[in-house]
Parts: sequence; structure tokens; C-alpha cells
Amino acid sequence: MDLRKLKTLIDLVQQSGIAELEITEGEEKVRISRFGAPGAQSASPQGMVIPVAAAPDAGMVAEADAAAAAAAAPAEPEGHTLKSPMVGTFYRASGPGAKPFVEVGQAVKSGETVCIIEAMKLLNEIEADADGIIKAILGENGQPVEFGQPLFLIG
Amino acid sequence: MFEKILIANRGEIALRIQRACREMGIKTVVAHSEADAEAKYVRLADESVCIGPAASSGSYLNVPAIISAAEVTDAEAIHPGYGFLSENADFAERVEQSGFTFIGPRAETIRLMGDKVSAKNAMKKAGIPVVPGMDGALPEEARDAVKVARQIGYPVIIKAAGGGGGRGMRVVHTEAALMNAVNTTRAEAQAAFGNPSVYMEKYLEKPRHIEVQVLADKHRNALYLGDRDCSMQRRHQKIIEEAPAPLLNEKARVRIGERCAEACRKIGYEGAGTFEFLYEGGEFFFIEMNTRLQVEHPVTEMVTGLDIVQLQIRVAAGEKLTLRQKDIKIQGHAIECRINAEDPHKFTPSPGRITSLHMPGGPGIRVDSHAYAGYFVPPHYDSLIGKIIAYGDTRRQALARLQIALSETAIEGIKTNVPLHQELVRDTAFQRGGTSIHYLEERLAKLTRAE
Repeated sequence: MDLRKLKTLIDLVQQSGIAELEITEGEEKVRISRFGAPGAQSASPQGMVIPVAAAPDAGMVAEADAAAAAAAAPAEPEGHTLKSPMVGTFYRASGPGAKPFVEVGQAVKSGETVCIIEAMKLLNEIEADADGIIKAILGENGQPVEFGQPLFLIG
Repeated sequence: MFEKILIANRGEIALRIQRACREMGIKTVVAHSEADAEAKYVRLADESVCIGPAASSGSYLNVPAIISAAEVTDAEAIHPGYGFLSENADFAERVEQSGFTFIGPRAETIRLMGDKVSAKNAMKKAGIPVVPGMDGALPEEARDAVKVARQIGYPVIIKAAGGGGGRGMRVVHTEAALMNAVNTTRAEAQAAFGNPSVYMEKYLEKPRHIEVQVLADKHRNALYLGDRDCSMQRRHQKIIEEAPAPLLNEKARVRIGERCAEACRKIGYEGAGTFEFLYEGGEFFFIEMNTRLQVEHPVTEMVTGLDIVQLQIRVAAGEKLTLRQKDIKIQGHAIECRINAEDPHKFTPSPGRITSLHMPGGPGIRVDSHAYAGYFVPPHYDSLIGKIIAYGDTRRQALARLQIALSETAIEGIKTNVPLHQELVRDTAFQRGGTSIHYLEERLAKLTRAE
């Protein structure tokens, strides 16, 4: 099950009044339940369970590995979400082997470069649009991002 | 054959393209704006990419965003649909330069047909009859415009060379009104198309709009797939279309079709396209060519049994057309109603949430629509929410089925022009067939006066 589909399912659960959603597609199964569901942490070998926080601004990354599903439970997020201004490929550093622009816990100022989005063979430097501390990195290095996709949580 | 196609459009045509792809086993990626994230075809797509905000300039007209979306999803080809960037030669060029196949003709062909003056000249050279007018654009000198108008004979129409699709035109009946009209049209053309070039043609009083669908491959094979009558228009926007054009001499039909196919061969046209004509006094006059799929393509599909979108894709993939002209048979009659989210009498747009929806069905009824109960019709784009097409063995049967279908159609939560269609389908002149492009506006004007 690809990341994009997972993200859509997570958004669906968040936006609707659904408490728990389970989808089986061929051999793959996903169960997504709202935060606090008691048996939610046990995962079947082929499936994964992803607890969903109720806060609307939570950006999250769904792990495709069942074992890591429990670890993916997000804390209540606080802060400003930096969303992608374009379609492209997200990179945390200016080049392979280079140091990432920012790490979690790092302080940033508005206007500082926080990542690169590659589009049409051009590397675009994306700047922080607020001052603060990087609370979470929501984009995955080397993965495609779409317009409006959450990239960083700045608190 | 392509494994993955990016659909760079929205609404009913995005769904139409997706259906063609799915039938061919081709994966679809839908590039969409934030306003269309809930669209049916977005949810049905193998992949979808949000490319920008609701405003078209940031999304559906955003060339880098669309190409970038194709890059990140590894699409092989891009289908531009109609409107938006479908007739943008620069876009077609950049798509190809970026390593993708643009599903449509070559950029130079789009450019040639995009300039209405050069298109006319190319058609004249290719043996297509054109509307009598001057050769080339109107010169700057005021005196020349007056001379040309006298030569052509009033009434004349001033058109923007960079316009098309009914935009940027003005009719002039007397010499006194000429210069004003020329100057205003020039200014509007500059503002709307970035090109102040205008040209002048004879204005035909009561023509019908008849167009010819063509299809050509990359190996110089070209076919005509019959004609359509799209005379039922309001402010140059088509409302009802039908195939074949009624009350037409068969020989004339074949002759104009053959000429269009021959013109395609001459200019090296690739893909699907439409030659638009004004038809008056038994004669055809070329006005423009649309180098893309058209809204009304379903009526041609119904009477020929062909899938034009699939053929577009095959041609773009380099396949040779196995169809020969003698294989193209026109059977029966099809009529299409464009269902718009608008007030049926005031024509003001009516975006909003569709609270309940019931579309017609049954023998000979085809519905091309992306709408569903609960769908929010966004205010940012055109008002077309679907097309209802009726097919019959005869025009009479198609009309009867259309009437029944319209009576079954129930769309609540927004206003639609279904009531207008119901009136038009019952109109005696329309039922007789052959009404001119001014008919609807004259009818509406009469109703307004009567109120």
C-alpha cells in the first residue's frame, strides 16, 4: 500500500466522525483508529494499525512497517505547519552527502532555507515562513511532495 | 503503449480520459487543484497530485507544476483535455522537451492553428473554403480598414487573431461604427490575449455552425469522422450539439469531410481535431480549427461507434491507424445537452453543494458527468457539470429519448440549465432542425421582451 493512499485514508479518518476504519486490499490490511482505542497497538503480521490524533493540524508520516506502527503515534502537535508551495521531490540537504539544512530541535528564522524541492530539474530552496524551532520534519527525504503537503512543524 | 498517463485537466473530461485509460489498462495520475481534491476521478485515480491552489493560474495553467507532477509520478504522457493548456503550443513544447509525450498535435501545428489569421491562410492553401475577408491582419492605418470593409461588404465582423472560441469579436453594420469597433476590439485583444492583431471577415447573417471531426496518426494517415451541428449557442458558447448535422446534402458532407482529411495530410496533423465552419446558402466557410478533443466529442462517438479518446492515446503512442475511411459509417443520430450549474433563465453561475442527484438512463442514453450527490461544484472554473447524450436510430428518436431523459434528471442544491434544455428540445424550430447560430439568442430576446 503506497504512502499516498495511506495519507488519504488518514485524512479521511481525521476529517470524518469515523472512530475506526479497516480496509483490506488483496493481501494488505490497514486499520486506522482514533487516538485512545485500547487494542490498537497490536498489529497482525500483514497489517498495520495507525492511531490518529484528533487535532486537525497534525501532520504525520505513516510507516509502512508494522513494527514501527506503534512508534508512529504522534504527540499532540503545537505550532505552524510549513506546507509545500509546489510539486516536486523533497530533499533535506543541498546534495547527496551534504548536511541537512535543519534538524528537529533546531531554531530557524523566517526566510532561512529549510529544504530543497526539485521540480523540472531545478532545485528550489524553500524558506521557513516563521521564526521558531523545528518540532517535526514531515516530509521524507527523496520522496515526492504535492502542493500544500505539510513539510515541517515549526513551533 | 503508455503505462501511465497524467491527466492535466478537471471535471467531466478528466473522468472521460480516465475511463479511456482504465479500459486500456493504463494507470492514471490526476493533477488537480486544492478545490478539486474531492473529485470523483481523483479518488478513482491510481495516483493524484495536488498541483496548486484553486485559482487556475496556480494550478491547471501552471506549466511547471504539471510537468513536475509528471516527473514525480513517472508518467509517460500528458493528456491536456480541452481548454486550459490544451491549445498552448509552449506547453506542448515543454512537455516534449521534458521527455513526456503530449497527447495532441505537434507544437508547431498548435501554433499555426492558434493564430486565426495564419490558420485561415494555411487552410486556403490546403484547399479549404474560408469566410470571405481580407488576407492577413488589419493594418494599423485607419483608412485601410475602411477600404477593406467596403471591399468585403457590410456587415463585417472584427476578430482577434489570438482569440477564438467565440471570444474577442465584434460585428459592424455601418461604416460609421467601424473605426470604433476596430479600436475597441484591438484593445480587448491586447488585454485578453496579449496580442492586438485583428482581422476582418464578412459577417454571415444566418449561418449554421457545422464542424468536422478528424483523426490523424503520425504516419500521415488521416480520416474524417463525420460532422456535427453546434448551432444552438448563447454568446458563442455551445449549449446543444448533434451528429450528424441535419438537413445536409450527402455529397456536400462527403466533400467537406474529404477536404478536411486532405488538409490534415498536407499540414502533417497528428491526433484528433475539429475543423469549424459556418454553413450558409449551401456553402461551407472555415472559421477555425480546434487542435484538441472537444466537449461535444460524445455525439460523434455514438454515431460512429468509435472511442475518440482511446484513438488519441493510440495515435500519440505512435500506433498506425488501422481504420480506413470506408470503415467509418455514420449510423443513427445523437444529440448532447451541456448541463451547466447556472440559472436556467438568467444564466448566472450557481456553484455550491449538490444535495441530491439523479441522472437519467435507459436505452440510448449516455451521461458524461463527474458530479455526485454531495459534490461541491467549485466557483473557480466553468459551470459545466455534465453532458446528457441521447442516441436514436433517427433524429426523431434521439429527440424523444432526450426529452424523457431530461424529465428524469433531478439535480438539487444548485441551479442548472436542465429547464432550458427541456424548453429547447420541445421547440418546433429545433425539432425541424437547421436553426442558425443566432436562433437561441433571438428566442431568448423574444422571451425577455414578452416579460
